[in-house]
Amino acid sequence: MAKQKNILELEDVVVKFVGDSGDGMQLTGTLFSDTAALAGNDLATFPDFPAEIRAPQNTVAGVSGFQVHLGQRKIFTSGDMCDVLVAMNPASLKANLKWAKPGATIIVDESAFDEKGIEKAGYKTSPLEDGSLNSYHLIKAPISVLTKESLSNVEIDKKMAEKTKNMFVLGMMYFLFQRNLDSTLDFILKKFSNKPEVVKANQVALKAGYNFAETVEAIASTIKVGPAPMEKGRYRNITGNIATSWGLLAASERSGRPLFLGSYPITPATEILMELAKHKSLGVKVFQAEDEIAGICSAIGASFAGSMAVTTTSGPGLSLKSEAMGLAVITELPLVIVNVQRAGPSTGMPTKSEQSDLLQALFGRNGEAPMIVIAASSPANCFHYAYMAAKLSMEHMTPVLLLTDGQMGFGSELFKIPKVADMPEINPPIAQPRDPDFKPYRRDSVTLARKWAIPGTEGLRHRIGGLEKTNIDGNVSTDPLNHELMVNIREDKVMRVANYIPEQEVFGDESGDLLVVGWGGTEGMLKSAVSQMQNEGHKISMAQFNYIMPLPKNTVDVFSKFKKIIVCELNNGQFVKYLRMTLPEFKYRQHNKVQGLPFHVKELSEVFTKILEEK
Amino acid sequence: MLDKRIEKSPVPLTKEDFASDQMVKWCPGCGGHAILAAVENVFPRIGYKKENFTIVSGIGCSSRFPYYVHTYGFHGIHGRATAIASGVKIANPDQSVWIATGDGDSMAIGGNHFIHIIRRNIDVNILLFNNQIYGLTKGQYSPTTPMGQVTKTSPQGTIENPFITAGLVLGAQGTFFARVPDNNVKLMTEVLYEAAKHDGTSVVEILENCVIFNDKAFSSVTSREKRVENQLILRHGEPMIYGKDNDMGIILKGTSLYAVKIGVGGITEKDILIHDQFNPDPGIHRMLGRMMGPDYPVVMGVIRSAKAPTYDDMVEEQIVNAKKSAKIQCVDDLLNSGDTWEI
Ligand SMILES: Cc1ncc(C[n+]2csc(CCOP(=O)(O)OP(=O)(O)O)c2C)c(N)n1
Ligand code: SF4
Ligand SMILES: [Mg+2]
Repeated sequence: MAKQKNILELEDVVVKFVGDSGDGMQLTGTLFSDTAALAGNDLATFPDFPAEIRAPQNTVAGVSGFQVHLGQRKIFTSGDMCDVLVAMNPASLKANLKWAKPGATIIVDESAFDEKGIEKAGYKTSPLEDGSLNSYHLIKAPISVLTKESLSNVEIDKKMAEKTKNMFVLGMMYFLFQRNLDSTLDFILKKFSNKPEVVKANQVALKAGYNFAETVEAIASTIKVGPAPMEKGRYRNITGNIATSWGLLAASERSGRPLFLGSYPITPATEILMELAKHKSLGVKVFQAEDEIAGICSAIGASFAGSMAVTTTSGPGLSLKSEAMGLAVITELPLVIVNVQRAGPSTGMPTKSEQSDLLQALFGRNGEAPMIVIAASSPANCFHYAYMAAKLSMEHMTPVLLLTDGQMGFGSELFKIPKVADMPEINPPIAQPRDPDFKPYRRDSVTLARKWAIPGTEGLRHRIGGLEKTNIDGNVSTDPLNHELMVNIREDKVMRVANYIPEQEVFGDESGDLLVVGWGGTEGMLKSAVSQMQNEGHKISMAQFNYIMPLPKNTVDVFSKFKKIIVCELNNGQFVKYLRMTLPEFKYRQHNKVQGLPFHVKELSEVFTKILEEK
Repeated sequence: MLDKRIEKSPVPLTKEDFASDQMVKWCPGCGGHAILAAVENVFPRIGYKKENFTIVSGIGCSSRFPYYVHTYGFHGIHGRATAIASGVKIANPDQSVWIATGDGDSMAIGGNHFIHIIRRNIDVNILLFNNQIYGLTKGQYSPTTPMGQVTKTSPQGTIENPFITAGLVLGAQGTFFARVPDNNVKLMTEVLYEAAKHDGTSVVEILENCVIFNDKAFSSVTSREKRVENQLILRHGEPMIYGKDNDMGIILKGTSLYAVKIGVGGITEKDILIHDQFNPDPGIHRMLGRMMGPDYPVVMGVIRSAKAPTYDDMVEEQIVNAKKSAKIQCVDDLLNSGDTWEI
């Protein structure tokens, strides 16, 4: 009979599963998250892959991890430090101990801590024996051995049996969090439907882990995280890259323009290319080009030919696309450029996130080449901003650059599923056959958008291109005043988009001592710190920008109501430079971090506190 | 065959239907004028609706082409015409897509896109204006300039091996390659018609005289005096015979082609190779494409026109098949697929 355990009730918990690449940690983490979501928790996740494809087994280089932050309140980020660390081998413990909070619960597979494993991880002595884990709540369990024992009655080979140890540990975690096993049992059944013995092995291991945790003395209490208050609706878990892909698909369907993607694989953007390639049934045409230049150029060709054209990439690829972005600007064609940022310059740190390319997005083209720049700020809202990027691009007949980043792209959170019919309408200004007034650069007087005249349409034969053209007629021209006019029109057209985007919102009071300004992917991190300090009574608010070029119309208004402004970025100060040149009337402080890591709440609160204390 | 998917004009068209209102700004005597004439001949003959032609170009003298023909036109950036046109054709397969490009545009800065469009066999027609020089930038050597030639950037002569366009195209698994001199508009018109009929990427290399920066670059092959001696005009199913007395021919001996005189050394007309442009094996086509003086004639006309599936057709086919079998038929289906739950 198991002893009655205590119940520890928590607002939010950060759990990290780590192990060797082959240990199935991504799946374990995903199943744990799905079960938490079903139990009503809000959550955010982040995978931590090794950079190498097949790193040597059981080394630090081969460690794969999956972090999930769950709560009975709104969850903003995948969390800084973890409360529970599950480590399947010595190397993963070594690589991740620094991310465990003091006093964190650490569950280890004791069977993996043999001499060889300890040595491969680079430990001199076993951390389980030498006292180095004394300040943590250590739960040692011979998981591999117990898993094999539990499968003694299942007809399965040794290797397969070994593989199910992740289900055993998941079972332990389900006991610890008092979760229902049904959805995972069901998942196993569907996933291995044609291999009954594998189904059985995984299900047995899962239950065995649960039962073991119930009996083991080291687990003295269970953790309770109740349901979070959430808006009614249908939900799913989604990563930023998938949300971006789906937002584009939704915009294509809503606008009636077929989706064309021209792209070249690059971390961390490749997933969008792979995802869209799956959806040919929705009429998507996906062209894996020979390089990034061909990616964007084919998209420009497709846009000319009447498709909702998209190109996706990351920093180095964006550099290659610069010249063609200018072509999209001067031909005034719709085009969505998605840039999933990563740490640069050059190849930099492909798997690490950074807000690296804002200045490139704003200014990285020859000539006066203004472009609408939008940034998503969470995995789920990539859907909305991808949709808006496509909408603005088509309705205003000009390219839009959407910035996301690796953290958002790979990270996941809960997503309230919308209905496509409820999304805002998209009405591209398509020229009608035999329109007697059609001229390539005749414009709408309000938006300044020209008409989209699609090849094949009767009576609209025309030519556009990279050479400067006369306004309205569209003939090649080097006339000095015409050039100036066209430069100004293209700029004005982009600036007028400010009339079609929402006003900037403020998180917290509309006035106060300190306004924390951020953009894009830092939203959750900044919000966590700011809301904590608001609860402590500070007059601190936050403005996270999604619309960057043009800025929302009320930006000056927002800024002018605060005594101090600090701009926080995961780069060396790109947005702050832009703000200093566009709105020089304000004094901006800045806080920057360029380590390929997110902000942590603690470091932010320290910075904000110091500024608030300054005279 | 002409493309059944592309809508035909309900009325017969003429040259005038494609006449542009723009002033043609090529130098007088530039080979570009002849290419324009041939295109104006062939578009009405092809007979697609006039709105169903799109011309895409890169940058260079040659790339001014779209302004001079009244169709849908896109004047791109240097080297990227083939990439832009790929997007046009894949997105809108109901267009007959033509590319105007130079030797530098297609094989220097645009070399990468050039080989890949050919390898993919996207159904477009490439007019390659080869003047063996950079015209627009005023006379620097190009990837087709012969070794040793003095140009503005090679005052002591180039030290680079030029590309042989045919070799590059067929090396990239080209399904259609033809070569024509700019001073034979009749042949060019015929060849362009063949190109239009071909399903897949057709490359037509036009030996184009740049009167200003590379005058007479091809005169040893194309001049009035030399052409009968030095050109072999290929016709499918006919023997490869040339020369002013029609007594020169091409034979295959061992693994090589030889230019021979009929009647000398026991050679009779029966020994002369018969041209098979549709032969799937590119072996002979490659050898023909590489032939040059002084020991060989330069081959003109359609060298290769092999049947192969086109990229754009396969794109459409995959979409049709996916639509038939997929569970996800609209974005709402997609959003609600997999694990979802009600709160
Ligand atoms: C990115 C870029 N690099 C260089 C140039 C300059 N440029 C314009 S045309 C050209 C060469 C054109 O030669 P070719 O393609 O043979 O065309 P031609 O003028 O001979 O018809 C060069 C180098 C450019 N416009 N863009
Ligand atoms: S410079 Fe040469 S290629 Fe250019 S237009 Fe003049 S003759 Fe033709
Ligand atoms: Mg040239």
